[in-house]
Amino acid sequence: MTDTISSEVVVGMKQGLHARPADMLAREARKWQARVELLCRSQRVDGKSILDILTLAAEEGTRIVVEVTGPDAREALAAIVRLFETHFNEREETVADAAGRAAGP
Amino acid sequence: MKFSDFVAVDAIRSHVDASTKEGVIREMVTALVDAGRIPAADLEGIVKAILKREELGTTGIGRGVAVPHTKHPSVDRLVGTVAVSQEGIEFESLDGDPVHLLFLLVSPPEQAGQHLRALENISRQLRDDAFCRVLKAAKAPADIQHLLEAADNHGMVS
Repeated sequence: MTDTISSEVVVGMKQGLHARPADMLAREARKWQARVELLCRSQRVDGKSILDILTLAAEEGTRIVVEVTGPDAREALAAIVRLFETHFNEREETVADAAGRAAGP
Repeated sequence: MKFSDFVAVDAIRSHVDASTKEGVIREMVTALVDAGRIPAADLEGIVKAILKREELGTTGIGRGVAVPHTKHPSVDRLVGTVAVSQEGIEFESLDGDPVHLLFLLVSPPEQAGQHLRALENISRQLRDDAFCRVLKAAKAPADIQHLLEAADNHGMVS
């Protein structure tokens, strides 16, 4: 089965798709056999490469199409979409930032 | 964004003395202080903030590269510097390899866009093996400066 499936996600984090979520995304994508590609504006990049993901410079509100091809595509896509839906667990940090913490992503 | 938009040329280091993560971060922030880009009084605060960010997850993104960074109110625009470690530094990198190439960024709070575009530029260049090789082979800060200028003029960056 080599069907390609895709889903559109939106970057919901205030800080955008910066180093830490990019790392989480690449790690998740690498767990699966399927090829994972991200389409954003005119770019198509490898979702398993943090360097590739960072070249998207995706700010809050950016729409990205996640395109997955391979035997475990359905599970891989669901897991990746979940990361975006849960804002890569960044909620706590945003609150901490608002509280005036100097350190940040 | 181009390297020249955020890299403090006077703070570039081609041979860092430090051999630890904290040491190299301190050396790079000190270089920014010496270059007059951040106030000396904020040195410790910025070093601590960067180390705290590293605790959340290493910025050693693989391929011998690290991008230590923080937000800090002492800067009103993004400032950064580049350093090369010939020996390599243990950075708990994603791929486990020691870090040779470091890009340190300090950005003003509430300016996520600038930070993302600097990361974009850095990662775009780092995908190029030739760029990494030349950077690692730099003999002097001027070599790094010339490489960054060449990358800027290549027209690939946005």
